[in-house]
Formats: sequence, structure tokens, C-alpha cells
Amino acid sequence: MARIVVLGAGVSGHTAATFAKHWLGDKHEVVVVSPNSKWNWIPSNIWVGVGEMKPEDVIFELAPVYKKAGIDFRQAKAVSIHPEGKEGSDRPFVTIEYTDPNKKGQTEEVEYDYLINATGPKLNFAATPGLGPDEGNSLSVCTYQHAAEANNHFQNAIERMKKGEKVKFLIGTGHGMCTCQGAAFEYIFNIEHELREAGVRDKAEIKWISNEQFLGDFGVAGLHIKWGGHIVSSKVLAESLFAERGVDWITGAHVKEVQKGKLQYELLDGTEGEETFDFAMLIPPFSGVGLKAYDKAGNDITDKVFAPNGFMKVDADYTPKPFEEWKASDWPKYYQNPDYANIFAVGIAFAPPHPISKPAKSVNGTPITPAPPRTGMPSGIIGKTVARTVCDVIEGKYSLEEVKEKGHHASMAEMGAACVASTGKSIWNGSAVALTVYPVVPDYDRFPGTGRDPEYTFGEIGLAGHWIKHILHYMFMWKAQLKPGWTLIPE
Amino acid sequence: MADYKDIQKNITPYDDKTYGTMIPGPFQRFLRTCKIWQFIRFIIINLKMLAVVSKSHH
Repeated sequence: MARIVVLGAGVSGHTAATFAKHWLGDKHEVVVVSPNSKWNWIPSNIWVGVGEMKPEDVIFELAPVYKKAGIDFRQAKAVSIHPEGKEGSDRPFVTIEYTDPNKKGQTEEVEYDYLINATGPKLNFAATPGLGPDEGNSLSVCTYQHAAEANNHFQNAIERMKKGEKVKFLIGTGHGMCTCQGAAFEYIFNIEHELREAGVRDKAEIKWISNEQFLGDFGVAGLHIKWGGHIVSSKVLAESLFAERGVDWITGAHVKEVQKGKLQYELLDGTEGEETFDFAMLIPPFSGVGLKAYDKAGNDITDKVFAPNGFMKVDADYTPKPFEEWKASDWPKYYQNPDYANIFAVGIAFAPPHPISKPAKSVNGTPITPAPPRTGMPSGIIGKTVARTVCDVIEGKYSLEEVKEKGHHASMAEMGAACVASTGKSIWNGSAVALTVYPVVPDYDRFPGTGRDPEYTFGEIGLAGHWIKHILHYMFMWKAQLKPGWTLIPE
Repeated sequence: MADYKDIQKNITPYDDKTYGTMIPGPFQRFLRTCKIWQFIRFIIINLKMLAVVSKSHH
């Protein structure tokens, strides 16, 4: 009997674990280690953050679902990986520390035959002084708890506006190296929509601040779509939406510090500025969760297994090179660690070879570049693909050494993504930006100029996008709970 | 329905943001929430997304 240990139960880890168990049945063991007791459909946190959904609408308890599936669930956080085992044993293992209230603080060594690292990101609020809801002065929608707190402040702001007060909203990214601009984009337009619905839009000043070089970059170097008989950049699409809804913007900004009611930022041209706010929702930068790695003798090999940002090295080309020399083939296909063939990293946990957007620094040398997004659809596809490969190896179809010849692959440079960004939740007058992008990482050799296939890269704004977003919410909540037909729902 | 006068109020002359972009007119805005048109778009967008999904699994 082989044992697969999956670290993390987010989109990627949950997908990998559930499909691996589904394919392997009771002949083999799947263990999931996650510090959270609940699964969260993170895209819908946006609606929690404006009061259109309750936290309980976007979460469910993991333990009953895993029990039904026959998955061994340990509510714990992974602390270290020991891929060579330890003195007296060659069996690799992971050290975990329980967060389960019944075993809180207890540690355990969990041996594995195959390890899938899906730990996701650490929300690195500490990167910017004063950032974040816990110890800082800004709000977040990155977790359902953060989103619920943001909604409390939002409802309070609406009440103030109804009494005649003016309120300034500042939404965007809280550091020069952030990713997930899409989440902030969704939030700002849901805020705008809700304020119109509440009849207080005229009392609000709404402003965007982000590290993107241009509006509509989204950390994927923007995209080009066919629109009105033209090929149009997402810059135009985004600027059009911002101008239409009367939302001002600042781009190319590194937020240096967030104080109570104001923040300081630096722009690409080196100028510094200050913005005041009554309500600020700023996405933090992501880093690895801080997993350590040790060899058999107990020496620290974290630098060998992980990139400096804390994400795990896989089969990508990490050779530093200028933007002009970046290739689609730099991106990993199999997500297999180069030193330990039975370790894989999926979703946000794998180290990307470089950003997708063109890197930029301010004239003062401050990096201001969106980090590459790996959330949502790519995370799900990568998780499922790696699970398929590991199952094939367990079933003897090929060996770990043959994965790069015979394994399933899911490079972000040969994968598309569908993204539906809500711009207002209402069945009859809501809207969303429905986008597809193919491939996610531009391939300028295959598609000169735009880097993407114009037949499969498209976008439009409308109510239909909202319907899709709404249906996706229920579809993925259904799928994640392994309800009847869950395997038929695509990632 | 919003008219052009209402829409153009968000444009500032020689502003490097709003003066250089396109803002949808009343008909385009109507289409965005027109139930019949959006139902047709719903079908088309879903088919397009399924095509992208099918190209992404190897």
C-alpha cells in the first residue's frame, strides 16, 4: 500500500487529494494535512466582503467530507520535510504540528511515499508596515473571516453615508510585489455597485491603487481581445470600466506604509505620494508558508528544496535571465522537485521561474512588479494533473524517473484559464467581466505580438458573466463536497 | 437608461486617464443587462469557456 501525503486543502490540494483517492480506492492511502478545519471557496469571499453572502455560504467542514471519501485528515500545519528520512530509517516523512483543538500543539512525523505540497501562500502582511486587518490599518478579503470583517466596516460606511457623510474608499494592492489584482478588481466594483444600490454613490470617492504597470495587467501582462472589430488591450477594457463607473486609479505603486486613515506610496518614476482613506482594502503580497527541509543527517536543506521566496522548486528553468529571453518552456510541466522525484508542488506552492508581467523597478530601485497568479482554474488543473501522474506511478504505468517523458503535464504556458470577475452581484442588474486567456503565460513564439491565441482569448462585460460566476459558486461548492457527479465538473 | 450627457460627465479634457479611453454608450449599456441578449451571450460564453478548459488538460 502506497501513501500519498497532501499538504494543504485549498483548491489545488483538495483537488489532488480527492481525485487521487477516487482513482486509487482503498488499495492505497491518501493523507491530507491542513491547518484549517474548513474549506473556503475563496472567489466568493468578495461577496462576503460586501454583505451579499454570509461566511457560512462559502465554507464547509472538511472532516466529514474526507471521512466520506476515505481520506485520512489531520488538522495540522506542516513544519518540515525530511525527504531522505532520518538516522535509522530511509522512509521520508513530514513533521506536522496539530492545530486541531483536541491535539493542539502536538507534533507527529507522517511518513510518505509521495508528497504533494499544496500549502498555498502565507499572506505576508508584515512586508508592508501597517498593512492588514489583524495588526495593521487596512482590510482584506483573502480569508472568509477577513471578508466578514471588511463587510462590517463597509456596512458602517454605508450608514455614515446615509447620514450625509462623505467616505473615501481605497482598494488595491498593499505592496509592490503583490499578486491577485483580480480579487481587488472584483472588490472595488462590487463596492461601487453596492453603493449605487444603497443610493449613496454620490457620497463616495472610490480609488484604485495597484502595482500593475498599467490598468488591466492583472499580473499576466494583460491580454488582448477582439472587441468591436478591433484587437484591444485589457488596458483599454479596464480603463473603460473605471471611467464609466467614475473610479479613479493609481498604477505602478508600491505601498510603503499604511497608517490610520492614510498610506504612503512610491511610484515607478520615483515620486512619492500619500493617499487618505476612510476604508482601505489592500491585498498583501504572498510568500511561501515557511516550510523547512532537512537531509538525513539533519542538515538544513531548505535552500535546496525551496526558492528564496519560500515556494518549492519544481521542473522549471530557474536560470535568471532578462525579460526578452523568457520562454514559455521556462514554466514547469510536471511540478516534480528536481532533487526528490517523489515530491511535487502544486497551486501557489510551486516556485514560478519568473513573473508573467514585465519586471519593473522604480528609479530608486524598488521592484514594482505583479507576482504571477496561480490561483483558481490553473491551481485546480495542476492539482488534478499531478494526482493523475502520481496515481499512474503507483499503478506501475511508469516510474518516477519517467514522469518527464510519460507523465501528465499542465504547463501554464500551454493551459488556458477562464476568469469571471464580478462587478456587481444581482440576478437582474448585476454584471461581471467574463474573460478567458489562452495560454496563461504568453508564448510570443507561437503568438507573436500578443502572446496569446485570439480565438481562445476573449472578454466581455455583462449580466451573463454574473450568472456564470453565480453558477460557478454553487458548482464548485458542490464539487468540493464530493456530492453526486462531482467528478464530471471540470476544474 | 443613461444618456450620453450622463455618461460623458466622467470624462475630463486632456486628462491622461479618462480622455484616452472608450466609455460605453446607452445602447451598449442596455445590452449588458438585456435579459434576452445576455441569455444568448451566456450560452456562447459557456461554450467558449468549455473549449478553453478542454484545451488545458493534457
